[in-house]
Amino acid sequence: MTNHWIDVKNSDCILIMGANPAENHPISLRYVMRAKDKGAKLICVDPRFTRTAAVADIYVPLRSGTDIAFLGGMIRYIIENNRCQKSYVSHYTNAPFIVNDQFGFEDGLFAGFDPIEERYDTAKWKFETDAAGLPKRDPTLKHPRCVYQLLKNHFARYDLKTVSRITGTAEEELLAVYEAFAETGAAAKAGTVLYAMGWTQHTTGVQNIRAMSIIQLLLGNMGLAGGGINALRGHNNVQGSTDHGLLFDSWPGYLSIPRESDQSLAVYNRNNTPASSEPRSTNWWRHFPRYSVSFLKAMFGEAATKANDFGYQWLPKCDDDRSYSWWKLFYAMWHGDIKGFFAWGMNPAASCGNVRIIRECLTRLDWMVHVNVFDTETSEFWRGPGMMPEKIKTEVFKLPACTTIEKEGSTTNSGRWMQWRYAGPQPLGESQSDGQILMALGRKLKRLYAQGGTFPAPILNLKWDYTTGGEFDPHKVAKAINGTFVEDVTLDGTEYKKGTLVPDFLHLQDNGSTSSGNWLYCNSYTEAGNQAARQGQRDGPNKIGGYPEFAWAWPLDRRIIYNRAAVDPAGQPWDDRRWVVRFDGEIRDGRFVGGKWEGDIIDGGGMPLKHPDGSANENGRYPFIMLPNGVGQIFTPGLKDGPLPEHYEPFESPILENPLSSQLRPPLLRYAPKVDLPAKADPSFPIICTTYRLAEHWHTVTRMMPWNLEMQPRVFVELSHELAAAKAIETGERIIVQSSRGKLECTAVVTHRFRPFKIAGQTLHQVGIPFHFGWLWPAAGTEESVNVLVATATDPVAEIPEYKSFMVNLFKLSKG
Amino acid sequence: MELTRRRFLQLSGTLFAGKTVGGIGFDLGPMAAHARQLDSKSSRETKTICPFCSVGCGAIVHSRLDGDRRTIKIEGDPDHVINRGSLCSKGAALYQFVENENRLTQPMYRAPYSTEWKPVSWDWALDKIAHRIKQTRDAGFTYRNDRGNTVNRAANMASMGSAAMNNEECWLYQALLRALGLVYIEHQARL
Repeated sequence: MTNHWIDVKNSDCILIMGANPAENHPISLRYVMRAKDKGAKLICVDPRFTRTAAVADIYVPLRSGTDIAFLGGMIRYIIENNRCQKSYVSHYTNAPFIVNDQFGFEDGLFAGFDPIEERYDTAKWKFETDAAGLPKRDPTLKHPRCVYQLLKNHFARYDLKTVSRITGTAEEELLAVYEAFAETGAAAKAGTVLYAMGWTQHTTGVQNIRAMSIIQLLLGNMGLAGGGINALRGHNNVQGSTDHGLLFDSWPGYLSIPRESDQSLAVYNRNNTPASSEPRSTNWWRHFPRYSVSFLKAMFGEAATKANDFGYQWLPKCDDDRSYSWWKLFYAMWHGDIKGFFAWGMNPAASCGNVRIIRECLTRLDWMVHVNVFDTETSEFWRGPGMMPEKIKTEVFKLPACTTIEKEGSTTNSGRWMQWRYAGPQPLGESQSDGQILMALGRKLKRLYAQGGTFPAPILNLKWDYTTGGEFDPHKVAKAINGTFVEDVTLDGTEYKKGTLVPDFLHLQDNGSTSSGNWLYCNSYTEAGNQAARQGQRDGPNKIGGYPEFAWAWPLDRRIIYNRAAVDPAGQPWDDRRWVVRFDGEIRDGRFVGGKWEGDIIDGGGMPLKHPDGSANENGRYPFIMLPNGVGQIFTPGLKDGPLPEHYEPFESPILENPLSSQLRPPLLRYAPKVDLPAKADPSFPIICTTYRLAEHWHTVTRMMPWNLEMQPRVFVELSHELAAAKAIETGERIIVQSSRGKLECTAVVTHRFRPFKIAGQTLHQVGIPFHFGWLWPAAGTEESVNVLVATATDPVAEIPEYKSFMVNLFKLSKG
Repeated sequence: MELTRRRFLQLSGTLFAGKTVGGIGFDLGPMAAHARQLDSKSSRETKTICPFCSVGCGAIVHSRLDGDRRTIKIEGDPDHVINRGSLCSKGAALYQFVENENRLTQPMYRAPYSTEWKPVSWDWALDKIAHRIKQTRDAGFTYRNDRGNTVNRAANMASMGSAAMNNEECWLYQALLRALGLVYIEHQARL
């Protein structure tokens, strides 16, 4: 989330699309309703009439996987009807930038497509630059190759009729949504979007979110209270686990993983530190070397020295341009290349797409370590459906973890708030905290490698002193993540003693004098104490519900990121009633000669872009501080599947013709051809299926809790009355849902929440299945995971599988 | 009879005074016994954050100071600025997440081709795991890739997990995995 949960109450218009917070994030709905009580409009767009839809002012359905068409239509509406926040667009986005003349877009493909390798040469999408290396701009937005005009042309094809033909949404319904949300283009209005896996779990996942980001930039909604782009994340700490680098492509703090080309620390830093010719751009990533060196110091402590590149070579490097994401991981396991596997607090044998293949992969391992609170389909895979234990070689270690209720430590919510937990009861039985298990395992490995072994240096030199009295001490790790001065340092006349905590990441150094496990969290545990544990009830001076004394938010306790965009170029709020930050300047002759920012922690330093007299301020700073040019990216020159979003059909769809181009599917689509047999407009699988969650369950975990299981005991398929009538299916009856990958027996639930779509004269049905179940729980063993039906096809950038749209058929169970 | 909050408190107040009350139609005896455990002499309160979705609601855990020292109840934290004491259908059932007969309480081992689990000690399990890791890593460690570039990695081991851990544990986990040379490091964020 760029904003946070409470901030939703500040919005004038809330678009909930690809999310269902009433059921999946229930407590958050109080802030949606608070906004609504104050007159905000609530829009819900979803294939199914959810409980969120039930409280919306406007609900419209769309066919799964057509979000870009829907949002593209909104982009067109905003431009055609002049609803952009013009000052915001021309000052704070790359809309005025001129794109080079090699760029083009024809029949669904951007310039530079290589049909053999199925990739783009992104060099074709660069901005034209002047002698100083700055992108050329046309502030009037009229140049035929400026981003604004390219955007306008690109989405001109997305008229109501075409969009309706793709999404199945009626034209008047599209218009109602577009009109309501585009009203937030007024400077003093804020619109927000709440999305979740309904947007990410598509083969166009990244571009779905890009499309909405473009809308939020056009309407001037980024940075504002009640604005922003807000991902409702699924796990209590999936924000924190991502921040701390539990993905193949990033070290903690989103430092890119070293690649084979990064043969030394200097080269690695150079390749990851962007240059900017724009003097008024903060270009925050210019500090990259301070963060990478401080991370290495946290990893290896005193063993990391300037002479050994701070231990840089002790850490693994990935091949250039190769992915190691979950499906590449299972691909390697399938081929026997992976011998050992940790399933640590995760249940891939229930939760991955095309899950039968995943289970088969586990049989090809030598060993697996499973750490969890409960048995899962992963720990028990060897005795699962169709398995013959006496033929399965995998050695399995099942370690009991305690719950988060029984241990101390921090968790980061979707709004980036880091909050401290305290230990309640002792861990049950012999269960232990993950921290305790990790410390013990690390010590054993260190002892083994002390006696010799392959490349022992990283293991022997790993800093591993995070215990107190033999017990894992989360405070010690939290301090290491924040960072310490490892020698006496004097910065700007202030002396910092060796061993003291670094106050914030502005103090981190690239010379080895500071350590910090994750620069993004530097400021969370300082000499002033554990900031995540704060419980202050007072709101900030702007009274927008930021509660700056409660918990701690990354970065630097900033509650709304991109908040420099919440003010006009002279530093004054677009809207005084819910201001986020403002510049209290000392003015002489119409010019700022000093002053300070007040309100939320300002994004970056410096002054407003303009003086009060309207002249440019050379000490001003652009608002999007993480980007080299300092402005929001309507056009993204580096994104590998395209600089602008474009509608393509899902991996599996009932449609054989894309009205927008002859390119039916995403050009960079990734899938495993040997195990994914795509049902493309296949009459055997004519029904669209999606997956979702229930208010009563949380992922695959609450099945073990009797109250929750009693409320929702079995896997079901929800279908419309029209489809039920056509198939002679009744509520309560067990039926078979089949895809090209597998079959699932489930209970039919016939409702009015799904309605058939009329698309190009054709009637299309969509059904939905909740994803909480699996063969192990409920204990009767009668249920199975919906993921036996789902494909492994992924988005080419984020590599998330397409759980939200695939093709099935329904069959009655034969009697007897 | 309509049972107002006021009437309920009157009735239950009478009950706590030790009298049998039929007026509300059910026996409050077990509830009274449960409530008695919550006094500050026999229980302690700790704050936690709900482990389910990412709203990050605050909860208060009451656990016994003596006996089995287990959880008595878990309720929403009224001082938490996001949830102000509320919990949803999942958070309200948190007690059953902690106090659950299906929880794993002992390390278990399944030998190759075996049809059953065998209980083992922590020390035995971690020793064996450390040996497996070392065997696998030492047998398949890659100093240089096909193009001759230094990569120093162990691509024959992989990890998935976990958003279910606290931040400090996530950081420690990535530190250990990367020191071992793993590149296949993934978790729920991509699924």
